[in-house]
Amino acid sequence: MQSKLLKKEMTIPADFLYSPRAATIVKTKQMTANEKFFEIKFDDGEPLGHEPGQFIQLSIFGIGEAPVGICSSPTKEDRSTFEVCVRKVGTFTNALHKLDVGDKLGIRGPYGRGFPIDELKGNDVLIVAGGLGIVPLRSLINFIIDRRRDFGNVMILLGCKGPKDRLFTDDMKEWERMLNINYACTVDRADPDWKGNVGVITTLMPGVHIDKNRTYAVVVGPPIMYKFVIAELLKKGLSENQIILSLERRMKCGLGKCGHCQINSVYVCKDGPTFTYAELKGLGEAL
Amino acid sequence: MRYVSLQKDKLPQFVNSLQKKYKVVAPVKKENLFVFATIEDPEEVELDYMPTILPPKKYFLPQHEKLGSFVKDNVAMADTNIDVEPTVLFGAHTCDIEGIECLDIVFHDTPADPYFGRRKKSIIIIGYECMKPCDEYSTCVTMDTLNPRAGYDIMITDIGDKYILYINSPEGMGIIGKNPIFGKVENERDVKTKLLKLREDKVKNFKVQIDADYKELNKIFGTSYNSKTWQDVGKRCVSCGNCTAVCPTCYCFDINDEVKLDMSGGKRERVWDSCQLDEFAMVTGGENFRKERSSRQRHRYYRKFDYSVKKYSKFFCVGCGRCTRTCMADISLIETVNELAKEHKNAK
Repeated sequence: MQSKLLKKEMTIPADFLYSPRAATIVKTKQMTANEKFFEIKFDDGEPLGHEPGQFIQLSIFGIGEAPVGICSSPTKEDRSTFEVCVRKVGTFTNALHKLDVGDKLGIRGPYGRGFPIDELKGNDVLIVAGGLGIVPLRSLINFIIDRRRDFGNVMILLGCKGPKDRLFTDDMKEWERMLNINYACTVDRADPDWKGNVGVITTLMPGVHIDKNRTYAVVVGPPIMYKFVIAELLKKGLSENQIILSLERRMKCGLGKCGHCQINSVYVCKDGPTFTYAELKGLGEAL
Repeated sequence: MRYVSLQKDKLPQFVNSLQKKYKVVAPVKKENLFVFATIEDPEEVELDYMPTILPPKKYFLPQHEKLGSFVKDNVAMADTNIDVEPTVLFGAHTCDIEGIECLDIVFHDTPADPYFGRRKKSIIIIGYECMKPCDEYSTCVTMDTLNPRAGYDIMITDIGDKYILYINSPEGMGIIGKNPIFGKVENERDVKTKLLKLREDKVKNFKVQIDADYKELNKIFGTSYNSKTWQDVGKRCVSCGNCTAVCPTCYCFDINDEVKLDMSGGKRERVWDSCQLDEFAMVTGGENFRKERSSRQRHRYYRKFDYSVKKYSKFFCVGCGRCTRTCMADISLIETVNELAKEHKNAK
């Protein structure tokens, strides 16, 4: 008995829970003054295997880790790579922005519950993106485009601070051109060259005509935007279950343990980051 | 054989026999308080002790846990091995054992945590039952953690003239083995009856600490989210994070990298964190979802009395009283919960 007990001293196999997988940056693009785009490929050639709306933990040894939304669709032509777009705000993202093609990164994930694709299928989808909210939503938008006939009417409303803050402008041109997608963009403050809409995102809402019985709204943006957009959507007759949101929190583990992303009894990293408004409504500190 | 007896003067001999095979951690005196520490001399063990400054969670979820090491220009962890010396946690109170049980539920929840799992497997728990109250801050009667339930290998009970040891696991049996210092118990049923009677009687020495029944507690928290009590508590709280550090069931952590001075590599660590600190729920953009101290204190209480019940069907307060004992602003768990109980009653 005793000797058996002593044998408990074993070692955990490497490559467990917290070990990042090695990946390499294959393409970068400075999108705005503060936002940079990265296309990343695992060194073992495996696809990430994510769903739109999920996130990963990026790792740079010596600096740390940061949770980042995935902005490419799993239906992308080259499935061996995936994409992220990151704003430079802190120590980690500053270090990340210094990296370029050929540099190595560590990846954990994908984590969390993505957008409810199966429920969206067969229905109209209204996508509302504010600021960085377009990052996870681009994954969904491109997924829908690649599986277009599975969905009904698709509308995209986009809001950002100014014309220079717009991300994915190449994609936007595509979306604008597509006949089977209704697309509108507005900026809070225009510059002299801007010919589009000016005003906060809710100013686009009066022009949106939806069939309340078959529309899901997927909304991602800063907390202040949620308040106003949700009110508008409820006014249009959508139920709380037809409004899907994604929350930003500072996940440290991504495994439902560390407590950083906890809202009441919900762990955003495991139970979310996407939720229906019905799920969030009763939770204090959620929005 | 589930019970054995031990003469009181043989206790150091028992501890000494453990030391031959294990690292033994036990309560020892530190100035006028107590701490769990590795013991050299069996005489150091203090079984008549107040809850220690830190609970034994430090052996299961160390303040700094190395997740892995890394070397320069390599993005995969070089090694994620952890070595845990076979250890005996000696003399843990039932409240602290319950705390370890709570952590066990969290870290075995999918995905199970291998670091905690390894430690849990390598540490043998020998409990020591409290026969008298420690001080006015503990709430073990209300939280129903006064008597041993589960989560230990051996439980020691002082029945006056000698100790009775209850063996609760094969590991515990392995320790008792054929060691001649233990006396045989003639009639196990008599001992069981005696212990039950003893526990019935000892409760009379403990006063009921919270003005609410165990079963009522969760209902009280169901109506207390917007209570003004949180404002009062928030005004006094200084956000030092002491309450969460000393809590046997607080497990929140941060993940940090530590680089060697020569920059050749380093280690990634899991470090205790506290939901009471200002930046805990802050996201990179600067938005803070629990900006107010009142909301952070509420979060702490709800993690003990409400969220854990929803998630794991269990209270995560084990009634040890450490949070109150350590609070610099004299925020008392008993007062806070009593205040909520009063409001709940009045609202009915």
